Amino acid sequence: MKKLSWFNLTTLTLGFAFLYIPMIVLIVYSFNGGRLVTVWAGFSTKWYGTLFHNEAFLDAAWVTIRVAVATATLATILGTLAGYVLVRGGRFWGRTLFSGMAYAPLVMPDVILGLSLLLLFKVMFGSMGMTTIILAHTTFAMCYVSVVVSSRLLSFDKSLEEAASDLGATPFDTFMSVTLPIIFPAVLSGWLLAFTLSLDDLVIASFVTGPGATTLPIKIYSAVRLGVSPEINALSTIMIGIVTVGVLTASLINKRKVVQRLKDEKTAN
Amino acid sequence: MNLRRLIVIGIPFTWLLLFFLVPFAIVIKISLSDPAIAIPPYSPTLELSGGWAGLKAFFSQLDFENFTFLTLDPLYYTAYLSSLKIATISTLLTLGVAFPMAYGMARAPEEWRATLMMLVILPFWTSFLIRVYSWMGILGKEGFLNMILLWLGIIDEPLTILNTNTAVYIGIVYTYLPFMILPIYSTLEKLDLSLIEAAEDLGCTRTSAFWLVTVPLSVPGVVAGCFLVFIPALGEFVIPSLLGGSDTLMIGKVLWEEFFSNRDWPVASAVAVILLAILIIPIILFQRNQQKQLEGDQ
Repeated sequence: MKKLSWFNLTTLTLGFAFLYIPMIVLIVYSFNGGRLVTVWAGFSTKWYGTLFHNEAFLDAAWVTIRVAVATATLATILGTLAGYVLVRGGRFWGRTLFSGMAYAPLVMPDVILGLSLLLLFKVMFGSMGMTTIILAHTTFAMCYVSVVVSSRLLSFDKSLEEAASDLGATPFDTFMSVTLPIIFPAVLSGWLLAFTLSLDDLVIASFVTGPGATTLPIKIYSAVRLGVSPEINALSTIMIGIVTVGVLTASLINKRKVVQRLKDEKTAN
Repeated sequence: MNLRRLIVIGIPFTWLLLFFLVPFAIVIKISLSDPAIAIPPYSPTLELSGGWAGLKAFFSQLDFENFTFLTLDPLYYTAYLSSLKIATISTLLTLGVAFPMAYGMARAPEEWRATLMMLVILPFWTSFLIRVYSWMGILGKEGFLNMILLWLGIIDEPLTILNTNTAVYIGIVYTYLPFMILPIYSTLEKLDLSLIEAAEDLGCTRTSAFWLVTVPLSVPGVVAGCFLVFIPALGEFVIPSLLGGSDTLMIGKVLWEEFFSNRDWPVASAVAVILLAILIIPIILFQRNQQKQLEGDQ
């Protein structure tokens, strides 16, 4: 493979600088001792200290995590079913409508989803809270899970399923002992995707929230509307840190698996 | 059709019908209602106890008054037009930044690609709100960018970027960049390099081989990327709200304010119905494009 030309190297460097500099600046300033965001007043971790004593933020974080876990789990079950129906479902009444509904939330603006779900919940339940946020988040997150799962289903060898049913397995057994283990990595990344989507959502949650169900993004949004604050910088740094560690670990595990597979193939030969 | 199949199809189908399609029907209904000082703040409400006559009375009370209102007040149609303009320009800008990056990634040595790919995906997993917020500290009057430029002596007075449309463009390009890079990269990576060699052997210069071979073959990825940026950018709320100024008119922001500040549910619903009507064409085109690519891959 030939080396990268200077032109490609420059665009890549500039592009990644654009992607990463804002986050790096934010992380650096979270360790600033002063209240003024731009004047460097020495290294300090005091904003992390005040953050951990801020009850409102801690409560919001706890609500957000519970919502995200419930959403991810529900969305993974529904999204896996939806992905399976899209790829293996064959023909049924309303198929076009179904695939349209399974894709549309991916590109639908949040304000429309939020408003429409709020109006539904007002008719259905009257009051809002954590449950309504979970239901709303599940609805759009399951579509992402369905895309991830269906692309995995499309790429795997269908004859494995056919072999299982030829050998007398019921469709349910085939799904549990052949299909599910093969698509499991996709199901898992679907869960993680749904979890982060729920963690991240401000607009939909703002519409369908109720008393006692303030999520972290709602809290952050109301704080940053007034301007940059060192406490939010500290909170953001923690969130970026968690995501980075998570993504790096996942990709390392993945890499080790690939290396292991290559080794296995070599010894097999 | 056996029972098991019915259940497997029925569960996700019912969920989407109930939480995706029915809500839209309600939005359309409320957009035709009148605002009222009541809970819920609109009238008429559907009373099934009234029977057929009640239903008839209910429908006769619906009208297009809110939509007429939207066409009369210039705020709304300027907001739609300005959203379309901002979404179009920022989609093109994103394409301009993303294409060279995707091209560079596809031409990078194979052992680098996984790492570069991860560097693109990592911001996508990070909170959207935080990424938008990070620009507030950079673009502000006393922000990082002004500080650097003043220190370098390039400017004498701090520039006003935050709370202008420029900041909105930067914010959209920044947050949606991965959505544009990934589909373009996946078409460029699959591109058979021998095609370019063949073009060059047949007398093409490097530049014309790029325009005649690489660019046309990357069209599916470019189209998918443009839809993935344009559609959500049109209804964007967070970016204009945090980075834009008071003169930044975007329809997502108008809808939000109509609902949360003015508490006018019928007008907010009418705004949503028209936004949806504008979006339905790009959404259908996008799905066609995806379907075609899926069929091409199989």
